[in-house]
Amino acid sequence: MTIQHPMEDLIRMDRIPHIWCSGCGTGSVFMACLTAIKESGIPYDEFAMVSGIGCSGRGAGYINIDSFHTTHGRAIPFATGIKMAKPDMNVIVFSGDGDLFAIGGNHFIHAARRNMDITVICVNNLIYGMTGGQMAATTPHGAKSSTSAAGNPETPFNLPLLAYAAGASFVARWTMLHSRDVADAIQLALNNRGFSFIEVLSPCPINYGRRNKEKALATLKNYHDNTIIKNNADLFELDIDFKRGVVLGNFINKERPCHDEQYGKIYHAEAG
Amino acid sequence: MKPAVLTGKHFINGDVACAEGAIAAGCKFFGGYPITPATEVAEHISERLPDVGGTFIQMEDEIAAMTSILGAAWTGVKTMTSTSGPGFSLMMETIGLAVVTETPCVVVNVQRAGPSTGLPTQGAQGDMMQVKWGSHGDYEIIALAPCSPQEMFDLTITAFNLSERYRTPVFIMSDEIVGHMSEKVVIPKADQIKTISRKKPKGPKHKFKLYQPGPDGVAPMPAIGDGYKVHVTGLTHDEKGYPVMSVETQKEMMDRILGKIRNNLDDIIMTEQYQMADADVVIVSYGISSRTSYTAVDMARELGFKVGLLRLITVWPFPDDLIRDLAKRVRGFITVEINLGQICREVARCAGNLPTFLAGHAGGAIVPPEDVLAILKEKFAS
Repeated sequence: MTIQHPMEDLIRMDRIPHIWCSGCGTGSVFMACLTAIKESGIPYDEFAMVSGIGCSGRGAGYINIDSFHTTHGRAIPFATGIKMAKPDMNVIVFSGDGDLFAIGGNHFIHAARRNMDITVICVNNLIYGMTGGQMAATTPHGAKSSTSAAGNPETPFNLPLLAYAAGASFVARWTMLHSRDVADAIQLALNNRGFSFIEVLSPCPINYGRRNKEKALATLKNYHDNTIIKNNADLFELDIDFKRGVVLGNFINKERPCHDEQYGKIYHAEAG
Repeated sequence: MKPAVLTGKHFINGDVACAEGAIAAGCKFFGGYPITPATEVAEHISERLPDVGGTFIQMEDEIAAMTSILGAAWTGVKTMTSTSGPGFSLMMETIGLAVVTETPCVVVNVQRAGPSTGLPTQGAQGDMMQVKWGSHGDYEIIALAPCSPQEMFDLTITAFNLSERYRTPVFIMSDEIVGHMSEKVVIPKADQIKTISRKKPKGPKHKFKLYQPGPDGVAPMPAIGDGYKVHVTGLTHDEKGYPVMSVETQKEMMDRILGKIRNNLDDIIMTEQYQMADADVVIVSYGISSRTSYTAVDMARELGFKVGLLRLITVWPFPDDLIRDLAKRVRGFITVEINLGQICREVARCAGNLPTFLAGHAGGAIVPPEDVLAILKEKFAS
């Protein structure tokens, strides 16, 4: 007997099995995203998903809506083009930390500054997974990677602080283990008329865990035991250090006029 | 609110004429980034797009500008960006994405002298090979070279039409001189301007394949929100648009993408001939250099040289067959261009054993007609 997947109407079943490794968390984040879309009640044809390059960048290839797998780092400007040309679309960017914050960092801060009405979901696995485990802009200081064998000499971004400082009007962080909270945060983000950012911590046991002596289950246990849920937390307290406890929650949900609305008011003489 | 087509006679520069051409062609989205000498295109179209219900956005760099016009194009609208050398270099990766995803869009390059920052306020034609080969991998694009503000208007409309017909990026390869030169531009009545829009798919949605070509080799293109649930990727993909990592799929995809240009050369290639009937030496030129070449032909004719001008309006795809045919009846070719040897290589490639010469320039000014005469006197005196 074939059992239907509950999200079959939102998945390109002809593209399954997916490429994500055993123990990878991207699928859980993807599933939370599908749940949010389904529960929003908005017709699927009013959504578009845009991804960049990397493991989570493959998300756009599995979701059964208009979906775009673009170049490395450029999902946000592609999404910006969609949103500005067709403002009634709900545009979701689903991509990874390397894609969004190293090669694509400039686009991220400017879309946040404009309060572009898109929802950016960052699957943060602290590493470049697809290319084999090189250090990223999110890799913890001292962590090992294939390009920092003795430990990362650099300091990682505090992504929620960065997003807020740049102008995001919705900011959250969860782990893939908190899948219900992730789905709820995505729903809040979809309802926010403005730039929404959700960081979701997600394990990469193959390319991060192995080098840093962290088994897949240990990472999940960290997500469970060493996290503190604190909505509206001080954004300066959000450095990722599981020894001290990693703060999760919906931190910012402060609506301000979004870009297409402002453009319409000034240039298309739309009543406010 | 002004209408889309500003019918009448205008005294405007090439950049402004280009922006007006875009509006007349039905452009509804422009993503830009300021750069000399192309800035006036963005400035003018930022004012004009709201008149026609369109949208302008100034992005954070040229990578984002180029990427934004692809996203917008998939919503079903006609889109454009403009830039010059350094910005053009930044756009290269996304141009490859436009080619492989078969996304119609128009890119205007108002060329300045390079490499690098070069001479920002002075003209050149040094990006003619970059436009053809600058992104990685094999591909075909269409590039047009206007020689006057009037052609900046006319050819921008042509560029949109070719882009929509063939689902491919089309380039306006202008230069600082044409971009900043002010001349009379005649804008016809709206009903006299022919515009083409991309074919939309018909038939049942569940059977739809994103890259299944019609009889003309071009696949119809749905818009975001039409319900076709497209998947668009820069990875090698099959007719459905799904990534397939196989050599067979790569070949099929490449054959189709290259074929739709290579099998329609007669429709795409536009040239103009001057004093060619009895010519035994042919000047090949394009853009601003073709304009100064008319003078070179007239001066050479006064000296008794049987010289004609072949003006390339379409530079890419290159008119191989035309040059080969001419090579059967002339003594040689002189290519006039503001670079140190780009399109002259294409001419030489097609000229067989005939002598071919370059009347070039390092950039920053036009090639003086006297330089062409010097080559004629030295190499073609009978």
